This record gives sequence, structure tokens and C-alpha cells, in this order.
Amino acid sequence: MNAIINYFSEVLNGGISLLKGMGITGKHFVRSPKEIITQQYPENKDTLVFGERFRAQLFMEHNDENQIRCDACQTCETVCPNGSIEVVWHREADPETGKKKKVLDKYVYHLSMCTFCNLCVLACPTEAIKMNQEFETAVYDRSELTKVLNKPGSKFSQDFVDKSLEK
Amino acid sequence: MYDFSKMTGAIHEWLSSLMPSILVTTIEWVLIGVVFLALFAILGLVLVILERKIAGFFQFRLGPNRVGPYGMFQTVADTVKLLLKELVSTNKVDKFLYNVAPFFVIIAPLMIMAVIPYGFGLTAYDINVGLLFVMAVSSIGVVGILLAGWSSNNKYSLIGAMRSGAVIISYELSMGLSALLAIVLLAGSLNLNDIVMSQQAGWWLFRGHIPAIIAFVIYIITGTAETNRVPFDLTEAESELGAGYHAEYSGIKFAFFFLSEFVNMFIISALAVTIFLGGWLPFHIPGWEGFNNSMNYIPGPVWFFLKTGVIIFLLMWFRWTFPRLRIDQILTLEWKYLLPISLLNLVLMAFVVMMGWVF
Repeated sequence: MNAIINYFSEVLNGGISLLKGMGITGKHFVRSPKEIITQQYPENKDTLVFGERFRAQLFMEHNDENQIRCDACQTCETVCPNGSIEVVWHREADPETGKKKKVLDKYVYHLSMCTFCNLCVLACPTEAIKMNQEFETAVYDRSELTKVLNKPGSKFSQDFVDKSLEK
Repeated sequence: MYDFSKMTGAIHEWLSSLMPSILVTTIEWVLIGVVFLALFAILGLVLVILERKIAGFFQFRLGPNRVGPYGMFQTVADTVKLLLKELVSTNKVDKFLYNVAPFFVIIAPLMIMAVIPYGFGLTAYDINVGLLFVMAVSSIGVVGILLAGWSSNNKYSLIGAMRSGAVIISYELSMGLSALLAIVLLAGSLNLNDIVMSQQAGWWLFRGHIPAIIAFVIYIITGTAETNRVPFDLTEAESELGAGYHAEYSGIKFAFFFLSEFVNMFIISALAVTIFLGGWLPFHIPGWEGFNNSMNYIPGPVWFFLKTGVIIFLLMWFRWTFPRLRIDQILTLEWKYLLPISLLNLVLMAFVVMMGWVF
């Protein structure tokens, strides 16, 4: 007798749990027109919102007077695990003190080798480089992935560094 | 109710006045064939896009949204793609069976579609053993699946096909015994038109109360199993078998299998509507004369496709809710649960009919 009762209660419980599942998905179906999570990408380009920690590619900050914070110390080049940063520099005498100092020629960034680990940004003593969120990095030729981050004619400025470090 | 046999009769007389009777018969065959093939193709196109859209909404997605407004022409594009695709087959397939299998699969639903009443006097092939015919012909589809699995010379295809055979042979039992026989007891006829007409006082689902509702639930479960849809889709079982019995098929031959799955779903729903939900009869509430009269103005085929759509939505709802069963669980469900319950239900239904406890 017990077996028969168990049999039917099993059937009933099974049915109830199936109905519960259908209730949940049914609610989803009714709510879905308002809560659709699909991002229709090219159309919503202007309203795309990214998380704070999303990193797309490296860039170097320039101010209005075309000054940069990079003093070519090469810490980033040393710390990069993939060798995706190359700092090209030369020594030049400082006009005020006469001391010889490193001057940045080219800050070469190989996007094709970068794993976006952010170590270079963390290591930079002057906060010269940062990660931005421009994610559309596809190009037609591999050579286009090698970028020079400092603009031509840009100069290192100690004031610019001091200002940003104060913040 | 508008009698569609008047319309078809008028066409027949018009054709007879123009040409000899042999030509008339031939032309009528061709006409009906074209109509059903068109219905077949349209059903495939509409049901696939519907399934994908509804699946999207169940998961807070949009579904197809690029081709045409709201992605409505996605399936048209897919069909063109499938038609243009190269037919690839392996060297060691059993050529004859491999090529003939898709036709078995596609012919079975086409034959069943002929006996379904779409409206008053709107049946292509009105026979007095309609329900028996449906049960018999629906088994032809599984022959096609078994042939496809066997002739592909691929172990995964064969496993899928054997699973399909096991599932369909066992589920056909409780489908025939419980669901269909229970209603035959109530209606007293195997003719699908008669079964529809016997529901004028009320649908069998409501008039047959408890045993009819149990029969309906069992019918829906077994129907889902017969169409090889989730949660009984272990014939395809993408995660274990690749694509199951149609793994070796491509292009339009694959499309045949794919299409037949969706048309089978339509047929299962159409049969459920015909037997339990009054077929093309309008929705009536006893006592509400004005409401009933206004419902009568909506033509029968509209009612038929509306009700069928509701059942199809139910099947899609199952698909996007329930997880897949293992093969042993499926057979346990059938032999230990559905079959005993359906036999018990048949006895209960016979008792109810004998005592006249039908509304």
C-alpha cells in the first residue's frame, strides 16, 4: 500500500516541480520585452557603457601644450611580460642645469603582443601611460597594430607630472 | 458555420464542365498536392522563426534581429542557404538508403496532414479510420530516422537512430492507448471529422473532466517525445552525439530532417486540438448566448490555427524549460509511469462513459 502511495506522490511531486519550472520561465517570457539584455552593437555605439576595469588599449596622455609625463625611464619596458613596449630614447644635455638626461624619441606599443595585464600602468612612476576603453582595434594589416603613442614634438614636463601626482 | 465542401464542390463542378473526368482528377490531385506542399513549406518557415524568437524571449534575448523587420526573413535566408549548399556525403554510406531516408521522414507528416480537418468540410482525405491512420503513418517517420542512422555508417548516427526508435516505439503505446483511445471512447468514432463534430456541446478536455485531462497531459508528453524535441531530444543530443541521426547529412537533405521536426510539432499540436480542444469549432461558454454568437463569426480555420498555435507555444515552453532526460530515464518514464497510468486512465474513462458522467 505504501508503495502505491509513494508511486502516486512521486508522480504528483514531479508534476508540481515541472510546473514550478515552467512558472519561472513563463515569468521570464512575460518580462522579457522590457528586460532584454541583447546589445545591438553598431546601433548602440553612442550609448555603450563599460565597466571601470575594462581595458582596451594603452595610450599616453598629452596636455594642451603637447606635453607628456613620460621621462623615458623604461620601467614599463622592463616590467612588460611580453615585450610589447619599446622605448626609443637618446641622451641630451638639459639647457638649464647642463646635466645629461634621457629624452623620449618614440614610445612604440605593439598591440598585437599586449595581453592587457596593466602592469606597465601600475609600474609607471609618473602616471604617463594609461589604459583606455577604445575597443575597436581590428585592422586589415598586422603592421597597423604597432603604434607610436607619443605625438610628434611632444616634450616631457615636470610640472605636468607634479600636477597629476598631487591629485 | 461556412461549409467549405460547397466551395470545393463548386471548383470540382467548374472543372468537370471544362474537361473529361480523368483530367479533372489529375488536376485536383496536383492542386491539393501543391496546396499541402505550400502549407508544409510555410509551416516550416514560420515555425522555425517563431521558435527562435520565442527561445530568445525566454532567455531575455532578442533572437534573430537582422534580416528584415525584427529578423522575420531570417528563415527565408536560411532556406536559400540550405538550398544552395553542396550535398556532401561520405564514401562508405549505403547510397540508396542514405538518399531515400529523408523522403521517409518528410512523407509521414505530409500524409498525416491530409486527414486533419482544418475547417468544416475542409479535409483532403476524409476516412472513417482517421485516428488509426494517423497512428500508423506516424510510425513511418521513425523508419526514415532509423534508415538515416544506419545508412550513414557512423556510430553516433546509429546510436541516435536507435534511441529514436526505442523512444518512439515505446511512447506510441501510451499515446495510442491512453490519449487517443480515451477520446475515441467518448466520441464513439475514429473519424477525425466526427470527433470534431461530437464536441459541439463542449470540448472533450472539459466534458471528459478528470480522465480527459489526464489523457491530455499524457498526450502532450508522448507527443513531445514523438517529435524528438527537448526534453526528449536525445536522438540529436548535440552534446553527446554531434547531431545524431542527421550528422552525415548536409544541404537540402538536412533541411528535410530539420523541417520534418517542426512540421511534426505542428501535427502533434493539430491532433491535440482536433481531439481535445474541439478542432475548428469556435470557443463557446455555455449560457453566454451573445458571446457564443459573436464567436461563430470567426471562421473555422482561424480557430484551428489559433488553438494549434497555443499548443505549439506550450511545446516550445517545454523546450526552453526542461532539461534533457537520459535514455534510461525516458524509458523508465514511459514503462513505469505513463503506460500504467494510461491503462488505468483508460479503465477510468470507460467507467465514466458507461455511467454517463460526461457533461
